[in-house]
Amino acid sequence: MLSQRVIETTVGLFLLAALLALITLAFKVSGLTTFFKQEGYNITAAFDDIGQLKVRGSVKIGGVTIGEVTDITIDPVSYRAVVTMRISSAVSDIPNDSSASILTAGLLGDNYIAITPMYSKEFLKNGSEIQETHSAMILEKLIGQFLFSIGHPGEKSTEGVKE
Amino acid sequence: MINQVAALGRIGLEVVRQYGKAGIILYRAIFRVPDIRKGFSLVVQQIYAEGVLSLLIIIVSALFIGMVVALQGYHTLSKFGASQQLGPLVALSVARELGPVVTALLFAGRAGSALAAEIGLMKATDQLSSMEMMAVDPLQRVIAPRFWGGFISMPLLTIIFNMVAIYGAYLVGVKWLGMDAGAFWSNMQSAVDFRLDILNGIYKSVVFGVVVTWIALYQGYDAVPTSAGIANATTRTVVYSSLAVLGLDFVLTAMMIGGW
Repeated sequence: MLSQRVIETTVGLFLLAALLALITLAFKVSGLTTFFKQEGYNITAAFDDIGQLKVRGSVKIGGVTIGEVTDITIDPVSYRAVVTMRISSAVSDIPNDSSASILTAGLLGDNYIAITPMYSKEFLKNGSEIQETHSAMILEKLIGQFLFSIGHPGEKSTEGVKE
Repeated sequence: MINQVAALGRIGLEVVRQYGKAGIILYRAIFRVPDIRKGFSLVVQQIYAEGVLSLLIIIVSALFIGMVVALQGYHTLSKFGASQQLGPLVALSVARELGPVVTALLFAGRAGSALAAEIGLMKATDQLSSMEMMAVDPLQRVIAPRFWGGFISMPLLTIIFNMVAIYGAYLVGVKWLGMDAGAFWSNMQSAVDFRLDILNGIYKSVVFGVVVTWIALYQGYDAVPTSAGIANATTRTVVYSSLAVLGLDFVLTAMMIGGW
């Protein structure tokens, strides 16, 4: 039987090894950085249809992630989806006439919000709302419209040409 | 006829009584913590016996399981041209399922059986009764430290298992099969959520730790004090705790996916 001292030291090493492993799992494997990214400011945008957008989805400008979706609620009057986003404070000069659209990463990927900057000299700040939004493209709806236009040729799409 | 019905009832009552005894032992192990200073060194000794001594088997199995999952996953994923997704595949399957479950099964075989045999032998050689004669509560002196030792060791072992398995996968995926290391880690980081995936796996392992040590302690404490009885208790410990782990794993997964 080992002495109590040796046993206690080994158990201490065991605990430290487990702690180290947990830290590795947290930062290396799950990329846990949201604990530090609490800084930043919130903006909102109202969409007609958000498709499959989820909380923690990313917000991008030109493909670069600049923030994440923190909350999705429905506006009880207009029945539009109100999406709250937290933008990193490093990106503090987004013009306030920018537009937000919901896009899909690849054909089957997750939805994300892409912000297209415009030219206003005034910037979005905490609590401001993006006015111009484009809803998610929903594949089923597109297919439905496509099938409808095949089934009824010349009803809508070629009208302009006939006149 | 009436005798058979009576026998069935007796079996039912006996089963209920077993559960009751097991429940009482668990209750006493949890709530009869001895005074902190004396109890602490006993618990440390048990963490050594149950946790540190299980490390070797845990690390070796984790390494090989990580390597095998990476190898299998890589060949299947590359059929769909998705071999870049190896990182998420390995990390999610290890952190959510393989880590807690395999650790618990190994723990039941390595530490649970030892606990049951040790306590069974203590009972067979009347060590437990002599403690009672000396007014030392065996539940406090023997059962409680072992329970807390298992309770603390299991999550720690699971965390180490997870990390070693993921590095095993890294070894195969990146060093051997030539995947890009950056893609391996960054895809993993974007797919794995700390709370939903890693913490939920650790919660599972806490539950498994309680269940496996509880079953081992009860089987040892309740063993028939003969050599055959101890052999039985050891076997039952491994069988029952493996079944309990696999069954509970399903229930816990269903609860976690259901967003509980």
